[in-house]
Amino acid sequence: MVTLESLPHLPPVVGSVPTDGVFSLLWLVIALPALGAAILLIGGKRTDKWGHYLATAAVSASFVLSLVLFFGLLGRDGEERQVTQHLWDWFTAGSYQVKFDLLYDQLSALFLLLITGVGSLIHVYSIGYMEHDERRRRFFGYLNLFVASMLVLVLAADYVGVFLGWEGVGLASYLLIGFWQHKPTAAAAAKKAFVVNRVGDIGLSLGTALIFVTFGSTSFAVVSAASSQASDGALTGIGLLLLLAACGKSAQFPLQTWLLDAMEGPTPVSALIHAATMVTAGVYLIVRSNFIFSLTEDARTAVIIIGCITLLMGAVIGCAKDDIKKALAGSTMSQIGYMVLAAGLGPAGYAFAIFHLLTHGFFKANMFLGAGSVMHGMNDDVNMRHYGALQKAMPVTFATFGIGYLAILGVPPFAGFWSKDKIIETAFADNVLVGLCALVGAGVTAFYMTRLMLMTYAGTKRWEKGVHPHESPKVMTVPLIALAVLSALGGLLTLNGWISDWLNPVVGEHEEHHLAIPAIVMSLIILVVVAAGVAVAWFLVGKKPIPKVAPTEVSVFTKAARADLYGDAFNDAVVIKPGVAGIGALTTFDTTVVDGAAEGTATVFAAMSAQFRLLQNGFVRSYALALLAGATVVVLALLAVNFG
Amino acid sequence: MSTEPFVILSAILFTIGCIGVLTRRNALVVFMCVELMLNASNLLLITFSRANGNLEGQIAAFFVMVVAAAEVVVGLAIIMTIFRTRRSASVDDASLLKY
Repeated sequence: MVTLESLPHLPPVVGSVPTDGVFSLLWLVIALPALGAAILLIGGKRTDKWGHYLATAAVSASFVLSLVLFFGLLGRDGEERQVTQHLWDWFTAGSYQVKFDLLYDQLSALFLLLITGVGSLIHVYSIGYMEHDERRRRFFGYLNLFVASMLVLVLAADYVGVFLGWEGVGLASYLLIGFWQHKPTAAAAAKKAFVVNRVGDIGLSLGTALIFVTFGSTSFAVVSAASSQASDGALTGIGLLLLLAACGKSAQFPLQTWLLDAMEGPTPVSALIHAATMVTAGVYLIVRSNFIFSLTEDARTAVIIIGCITLLMGAVIGCAKDDIKKALAGSTMSQIGYMVLAAGLGPAGYAFAIFHLLTHGFFKANMFLGAGSVMHGMNDDVNMRHYGALQKAMPVTFATFGIGYLAILGVPPFAGFWSKDKIIETAFADNVLVGLCALVGAGVTAFYMTRLMLMTYAGTKRWEKGVHPHESPKVMTVPLIALAVLSALGGLLTLNGWISDWLNPVVGEHEEHHLAIPAIVMSLIILVVVAAGVAVAWFLVGKKPIPKVAPTEVSVFTKAARADLYGDAFNDAVVIKPGVAGIGALTTFDTTVVDGAAEGTATVFAAMSAQFRLLQNGFVRSYALALLAGATVVVLALLAVNFG
Repeated sequence: MSTEPFVILSAILFTIGCIGVLTRRNALVVFMCVELMLNASNLLLITFSRANGNLEGQIAAFFVMVVAAAEVVVGLAIIMTIFRTRRSASVDDASLLKY
């Protein structure tokens, strides 16, 4: 286990190198997609014809620029690889100053490539996928908005800037999940995602506030320089609040429930936002805040526990889903659980978390787009029980999906092998129990992915009437092929330990972990577990005919997994019901006590008025009598005063 | 000359007017009773004016007569209008403005 004393040094203060040359164009990376979104969303129907091309061009240009910047960074010396671009002073409040600065370093460079690269491919794919949707222009506007927000998130040099991007991607995610708003389920899913994300956002805003209280500033440069002087309590508090934020955005336990419902959105959205980029923002936040997490063992333990729970939960949920996208969503939860786990391991795991994040971005986007391609051919049916034998009908989709499948299983030499093995190894080096969790997770992953493959591509045809599966057009298959290539070759990033060396200046040096057994034996053990998972899937799913309707007489475990491990029921019982009851009590208090006091006073006066009103009986003579009586009283009073 | 008979006469006139206002229903009679009360007070004013040897009471009496004349104009007009619309001059019937 890495202790505080064994940390050689923390990452250097960021932002010492000013921008020059090509780096002065850094702001354009964000501005291009933001401009695209603005033109498409403000331009309205006038941009219907060419809007999707403009959006794709904007993101692609952003990608090209990211590549140029990346090579520019590669060409620099290690110490000069952190570039800060000052755009403008955002706001000042007393001594607190927030500048709108962009920070381009090794970490954000990788994210820039992932977001714009996978983003461009998914934009291209969407041109085909959304072809028959009359609101396609709006869809592309939202996608561009998402890319721009995500870039703000990873480029901001200040927690407040991160918060801006964080909220921006939340908004884009909401708009895109509910894109088919005519479906009540989609509208509800969008709302759910938004509300659950708000819970996480509380963590980020409170965390930012606590950072300001502790350090007097929220910029990475100041905080990273001062973090070692802060008290343990403050660091742990900040760590736990940031973890809450990460849980919301990255669908980690206990805020995981929104991700499965988010599959109501169009499939490219699921691929880009809810698999490849946005849901990894939590991992980014933890790794970026390494100067906090490296110093607080307690918060990191919490991160590890959350990661372990989620990676197992997601995998179990993935096993029971018949909806192809929900099975993949469970898998996404599980894989992000791996990343969070790795990030919780501290300096030993940060680089591997990012590495797995990148490879996962490739193969999960690949498989989601593959699922979209399958749905495209099956009249938008998502039930895998209606698939089967699609291998022949969709050869390209099958081949690319297969590569993604091998990658997520961790079969060498595909990308997932390199990244996942590293995480499991590091986990074992840290704690055997954590390692076992990760290992079991790998086995379950093999099971549910094999089940998905068998149900979709192998076996007999179980197609619904009138469905004629066909291969998708080129505009959709080419991105699939590109992503498949990346899924296959993603492991090259770790050649010679490149990715660890590359990220070391950001996340801090660490000692090599010591494993009791050689790494090759570890890899073999993992492969055996994966093979076992595949074999179990083959015997349980592959060898038997698959019923077209999901069997209802299933074990308790299957029922629990089908119900998302009762995540919704849990929230319902623990949060929503008490909340509704509390609000009911408050409403009753308001209507009876508060309103009662005000209205009661009014009622008393109204009743008195009603009685007094009766004195006005309309008879002139009675008024005259009252007049006489009054005058008499006055006279008597005068007499009493004068002669009394 | 003693003022006592004049004061007694005035008191009798005022009481008659007062009882008339309180008991009679016909608006015209009520009106006449009001005039009776006004004149009773006028009588008293003049009596004490003479007794005290100054003119202030008599001036006040003139004012009362002027106001009474103006009041008669307005009052009779109202009574006539009420009679035209309701075919009755009873003060008890004109009670719609209650409450």
